[in-house]
Amino acid sequence: MILPLILYRSLRQHALPSLVAIASIALASGLLMAVWAVKEQAQESFVNTTTTFDAVLGARGSKLQLVLNSIFHLEASPGNLPESDYLMIKRHPAVKTAIPIAVGDNYHGWRIVGTIDELFTGVDLGQGRHYVLEPGGRLFAADRKEAVVGAFAAKRTGLKVGDTFHPFHGLVFDPRQQHADLYTVTGILGTTNTPADRVIWIPLEGLQTMSGHDPRLAHDVSAVLIQLRAPSAGFLLDLMYNRQGDRLTFAYPVGAIIADFFSKIDWFDRVLALVAYLVAVVAAASVLAGIYASMSARRRDLAILRALGARRRTVFGAVLAEAAFIGALGSAAGYAVYAVLFTGVAAVIRSQTGVVLTLGAWHSILWAGPVGMILLCSIGGLVPAFKAYRLPVAETLAPTS
Amino acid sequence: MLAIRNLRKSYASPEAGRSLVIDIAGFSLGAGEQRALRGESGTGKTTFLHLVAGILAADSGTIEIDGVDIAALTESRRDRVRAGKIGVIFQAFNLLQGYTVLENVLLGMSFGPGGAGRGRARHLLDRVGLSHRLDHFPNQLSTGQQQRVAVARALANGPRLVLADEPTGNLDGRNAGEALALITDTCREAHAALLLVSHDERVLGQFGTVRDFSEINGACR
Repeated sequence: MILPLILYRSLRQHALPSLVAIASIALASGLLMAVWAVKEQAQESFVNTTTTFDAVLGARGSKLQLVLNSIFHLEASPGNLPESDYLMIKRHPAVKTAIPIAVGDNYHGWRIVGTIDELFTGVDLGQGRHYVLEPGGRLFAADRKEAVVGAFAAKRTGLKVGDTFHPFHGLVFDPRQQHADLYTVTGILGTTNTPADRVIWIPLEGLQTMSGHDPRLAHDVSAVLIQLRAPSAGFLLDLMYNRQGDRLTFAYPVGAIIADFFSKIDWFDRVLALVAYLVAVVAAASVLAGIYASMSARRRDLAILRALGARRRTVFGAVLAEAAFIGALGSAAGYAVYAVLFTGVAAVIRSQTGVVLTLGAWHSILWAGPVGMILLCSIGGLVPAFKAYRLPVAETLAPTS
Repeated sequence: MLAIRNLRKSYASPEAGRSLVIDIAGFSLGAGEQRALRGESGTGKTTFLHLVAGILAADSGTIEIDGVDIAALTESRRDRVRAGKIGVIFQAFNLLQGYTVLENVLLGMSFGPGGAGRGRARHLLDRVGLSHRLDHFPNQLSTGQQQRVAVARALANGPRLVLADEPTGNLDGRNAGEALALITDTCREAHAALLLVSHDERVLGQFGTVRDFSEINGACR
């Protein structure tokens, strides 16, 4: 009963240094949790996003670039491939679904991708999910200048069913690069929490024959998204395109390519984690410094407590408990910092990639981080606690007479 | 209830060697007895009271309180004896400035075997006339009121022995008289022995028998 009173009064007496320490701990704990959770969830989400398609066929080049461009709608396309290659792999007995896409245009920076309606009607997004159109919309007709807009892109551009727009050439918005073609929005896709939400979809032929595009490339595609009948077939196609051929790239398995990408940028995660750890140590040191600096002001109080019968271990425990309590309060506030940081980073990732990170998802760091901070603060409290333990009561209380 | 024999205490001297400050061959105090010791500043009165309270460890000798030689105990056990049997009133009051009046008294009883009890703390503060100041902080009280809080706190653990070190040293004449009366009366009511040290003749005059501290402390001679 008395320990909470001592803690409460001590925190009130030294409110400013305590608040500074709590804020430091909150920042450190929140940063640690956010870095960890974003890293884990982003990696998991990116890998899961790729599970819709088993492989991507594209022009000769980097597999990672091909996957990022065709599935995540990032980076530039490594090049085009002739329609014949698309038709050949489409007819391959090991291929269940082959969806061609063509890229190269945008609408105010939002990528326009040409494809076929089978993407929306025949592709399983996983766990039985398919693309769904918002009420009042319909898919584009293959031979018309019509568009279906991803949910996120529709929200940001304000496009709705019935609106018309001119595409712009290139992947980066340049007002001077406007195409003469006028497209009409026929549907808005429901949210899929995938990169497809950021795309404006038009018929494949529309993009291929857009005014200003080279008519000699009118039948080329940028990539072919592939679902296989059996995973083992992927290795045969990999052998056929990548080892025996030298014209095309067969990116397979897509999940492994993304996982490999993350392993290559693992150093970046490590740097972020190191920064978070350093912030945590500095925060714990601020607890030590705060309590230690206030020890001269506390000496008399602690000596009085000793004179009233408090044992050495009692004052030691009181100082240590105060450090741990500051750590606990800071860690609790750290959840708010975590929520703000995570939400901010998730918003950036979503706007840049379409991948959705969920704030409510559980990660082991959400308990390990705060517990670690409390332990670190307790360790930081050991020094002033030991000083309190060794306090000379009689000398501190009064001059002798 | 208090019996002291061959008590010695020395400090390291700045000039090298050790300086003997306490050398008491014998001293005793009966249960419920009230006694005053006269002593000027620098004669070791506070050191003596700190030894009896168990705050300081003696170099040699015995300090028996209710038959228990606290000079032979470890610091932790001395703390326990102090928390349960001894109340101390300091010249500077030594109230905890960040705690309310009620909390100061609660802390006075919280380390003893009975623990803290708000009812008893309120009763004690009512007895010293501060029932209307429970939630005040010491710096919101007059000097005389602070002394009364110190008295209530010293009695909070139901002590067998109260040690008062220049308890009126910071008070004016009127307040000093009232404070002394309060200390002696409340100790009597609580059946606690009182050992008071002072150099204030107005205080010492209130006690029947007063001994010079220099008479019992050989180190002063």
